[in-house]
Amino acid sequence: MSNPVPFRPYTQGTQPDYDTPEYVGTRKRHPNQRLHPMPQTITETTGPSFSPARFPPSEDLTKNTTGKAALGERIIVAGTIMDEDGQPVPNTMVEIWQANATGRYDHPADQHDAPLDPNFKGAGRVFTDAQGRYRFLTIRPGAYPWPNHRNAWRPNHIHFSFFGPAFATRLVTQMYFPGDPLLAYDPIFRGVPDEQARDRLIAQFELDLTEPDYALGYRFDVVLRGRAATPMEE
Amino acid sequence: MPIATASQTVGPYWHLLEDPSWADLTRFGATGETLTLTGAVLDGDGKPCADACVEIWQSDPPASDTFPGFGRSNTNAQGEYRFLTVKPVPVPGRGNAQQAPHIAICVLSRGLMRGLVTRAYFHGEALNETDPLLMSIEDSERRGTLIAHAAGPATWRLDIRLQGDRETVFLDV
Repeated sequence: MSNPVPFRPYTQGTQPDYDTPEYVGTRKRHPNQRLHPMPQTITETTGPSFSPARFPPSEDLTKNTTGKAALGERIIVAGTIMDEDGQPVPNTMVEIWQANATGRYDHPADQHDAPLDPNFKGAGRVFTDAQGRYRFLTIRPGAYPWPNHRNAWRPNHIHFSFFGPAFATRLVTQMYFPGDPLLAYDPIFRGVPDEQARDRLIAQFELDLTEPDYALGYRFDVVLRGRAATPMEE
Repeated sequence: MPIATASQTVGPYWHLLEDPSWADLTRFGATGETLTLTGAVLDGDGKPCADACVEIWQSDPPASDTFPGFGRSNTNAQGEYRFLTVKPVPVPGRGNAQQAPHIAICVLSRGLMRGLVTRAYFHGEALNETDPLLMSIEDSERRGTLIAHAAGPATWRLDIRLQGDRETVFLDV
C-alpha cells in the first residue's frame, strides 16, 4: 500500500491557460487536448533536493561575473517562500535570470540593439533558510522590445525557478515591478486570468529591505502548492 | 489561505542558468544499468522547438549522493533533448498497484505559459500492460505517445509533440 498525500489542485483562474492567443508564441505550442487527469503517485509527490555544497549559491548578481561591479541601479530582492498552508519552504533552491540594465540578455538569441555589460551575466542561485526566506542583490533589469506585436515591450522583470519539496511543486515564473506602465500591455503578465493572482507577481517596494546609501529593496513572496488536507480515498 | 503563485513562461533565455552536465544523471557516480533518453520536442507544425528546457525526475533509483534523480537538458536545432540516466525499476502505484518503470518529464519553453508534464515508459516492459496511468488512457494510439522505443544500444527515443497530429498525452498532476 502506498498512497502518498497529493498536492491540492490549483485554484481556478490563478494559473495561465496554455492557449493564450495574445501571446503569439503559444499558438503552435499549446496542446489542443485537455490535460489527462491522474492521481499523484510517488513520482509526483517526491522531488529533487539540491545542496548548497554541490550547487553553490551566487547571491550577488552585481559582482558575480568578473568580480567588477555591473552597471545599473542596484536592488535587493528578498521574500519568503511558503506553501498554501502558510508553512515556510526551507532549504529550497531558487534560480534567477534576467536582462541587464539596458534590457539586453547576455544570450546569443538576444539581438536587441542595446549594450551588453561585460560585468553582468544576469544569472544567480540562492537557497531559502530554515524560515523559507531568500535574498539576493542584482541590477534592476531594463525593458526591451520583442516581436510579439507591433511596438511590443516586455515590462521590467526577473525570471525565477522554484522547486519546493516535490515534482508537483515545480514553479517557473517572473517577478515584475510596481507601477510599470508596460504591465497593462503585456500578454504574458495578462495571461493570468485572475487579477489578484496576476498582481501577486508584482514585487512590493519595501523601505525596510533597502540598505541605506546602497540599494533599494523589493519584496517578492512566493507560494508553492500545498498538500491536500486529507489523503484521497481509493 | 495563501494561493499558489502563478506560472509564467520560462522564455527563450533560460540558458543563462544552464549547466550542460545536468543532463547526465550519472555524473556523481551512480551505478546500475544506464540508458540514454532522447527525442525531439515538436510544435503544432511539426517544427523543432529549439529553445526548450526539458527536465526529468525519477523516483527510482531513489535520489542519493550519487544519483540526483533530476536532470535538465536543452534542445538542439533539431529540437532534441538528451539525458544519460539509470534505468528505473517498477515503483508502487496507489493502493496495491505497481507502476511500470517510467521517467517523469516536464517541458518548459517559450510559448508555454506553464510547464507541460508527461512520462516516458519503455516499450516491451510487461508491466506496461497493467500500469494504472497507461490503462487510464483509453485510446491506444494516444497511450503510445508515452512509450519510448529502442533507438540503438541502451538508447530510448520519445518525441514530444506539443500540439495536433499525434499530440503527446500531457498530465494534470
